[in-house]
Amino acid sequence: MLDDISTAGDRGSLLTRAGKPGPAMLIVATVIGLALWWTVYSWLIPFSEAVTSLFPVERHSHTGEAIAFFFYDVPKVLMLLTLIVFAMGVIRSWFSPEKTRALLAGKREGVGNVLSACLGILTPFCSCSAVPLFIGFVSAGVPLGVTFSFLIAAPMVNEVALILLVGLVGWNVALTYLFFGLGVAIVAGWVIGKLKLEGWLQDWVRDIHSGANAPADFSGETLTMSDRYKLGYEAVREILSKVWVWIILGIGLGALIHGYVPENLMVDIMGADAWWSVPVAVVMGVPLYTNAAGVIPIVEALLGKGAALGTVLAFMMSVIALSMPEMLILRQVLTLRLIAVFIAVVSCGILAVGFLFNAIF
Amino acid sequence: MKQVKVYGPGCKRCETTAQMVRDAAAKLGLDADVEKVTDPKEIAMAGVLSTPGISIDGKLVHAGGLPDEAKLEGWLKA
Repeated sequence: MLDDISTAGDRGSLLTRAGKPGPAMLIVATVIGLALWWTVYSWLIPFSEAVTSLFPVERHSHTGEAIAFFFYDVPKVLMLLTLIVFAMGVIRSWFSPEKTRALLAGKREGVGNVLSACLGILTPFCSCSAVPLFIGFVSAGVPLGVTFSFLIAAPMVNEVALILLVGLVGWNVALTYLFFGLGVAIVAGWVIGKLKLEGWLQDWVRDIHSGANAPADFSGETLTMSDRYKLGYEAVREILSKVWVWIILGIGLGALIHGYVPENLMVDIMGADAWWSVPVAVVMGVPLYTNAAGVIPIVEALLGKGAALGTVLAFMMSVIALSMPEMLILRQVLTLRLIAVFIAVVSCGILAVGFLFNAIF
Repeated sequence: MKQVKVYGPGCKRCETTAQMVRDAAAKLGLDADVEKVTDPKEIAMAGVLSTPGISIDGKLVHAGGLPDEAKLEGWLKA
């Protein structure tokens, strides 16, 4: 006990004396961190087998399979998330909303929509900032449709959704989601731009848009490499503290379903032959509001039990991209008419993805 | 007397930021008036693109995420 206190004290003074870690120290820490991560990751299968053997069940029974699946998948997904969220947190520190805005300002529609949707993945975004971000973009001369591409892509295509898809469903589905999520954001934003709906903004936003009333200018802070690492660490802490419950619940549910629910349960309701299942999935997704971590275990379960890929992708996109809380936030800057157009255009895009996939695969 | 404004619609991070500002001011023995701004229009007009944002005596010093403690003290002292 006494030892503990004295080492903790030493560590504290070391840190203050050293100040901020230099680049060499950061590189060493990165290499050691990655090596540790890889070592732990490669021991996950033996770990899950060892834990499973502690339970008084037959290893190859349904229950045994379910337990092994749970104790392999939970740490695997948590470790993947930690690594990728950290890396994205660091990478994102180069793509501040201020820089993204500068890149997008005055871009033509088309190219602008593509760039905007891609930057939507890389720029740190939380839906509570949707209004100031919208105003900031529009006032700096980012076209309305290009701004929408960003606002659709940013919540829908994010690294948490993609990692969970890779970990729980498979990388091919994750890539499909990435490309078609971006596609929906690009096309929906482009269509909204073509409709020339600037007049349907709320009055005070229109004033800003016309340049009559410009917000203050702020170009962001300068960051050192250790600041960026700190941002990565904060992203990990924030996201993991939010999603770990969902991951355990979701994988637990997945484990149960793997073992106990009949394989073809979903074929009739959500299979490719049931054409109406795509619109139903989209409509069901709007009132349901959860983050990617909450929806992906459901996606996994549905796919595993015979639901068609297009239907499930449509459901997932609808849950994440069209949510009531986000609409309420956007209501502060958009008129109801414009929100209705937004929902209609994005829904059409999602429907198209759903039908396309069910037809091809 | 420093006039500090913390911009944010009221999410947890914004609360934390406001508390960090108060703590830093208390630590430095500074007299600071910390005001929370939750009106989206006002947040936007201050030039904040991502919340929480901090302005000190009318000048925006930070936007997006929790501020760094050392930097926060630096801004308050300046």
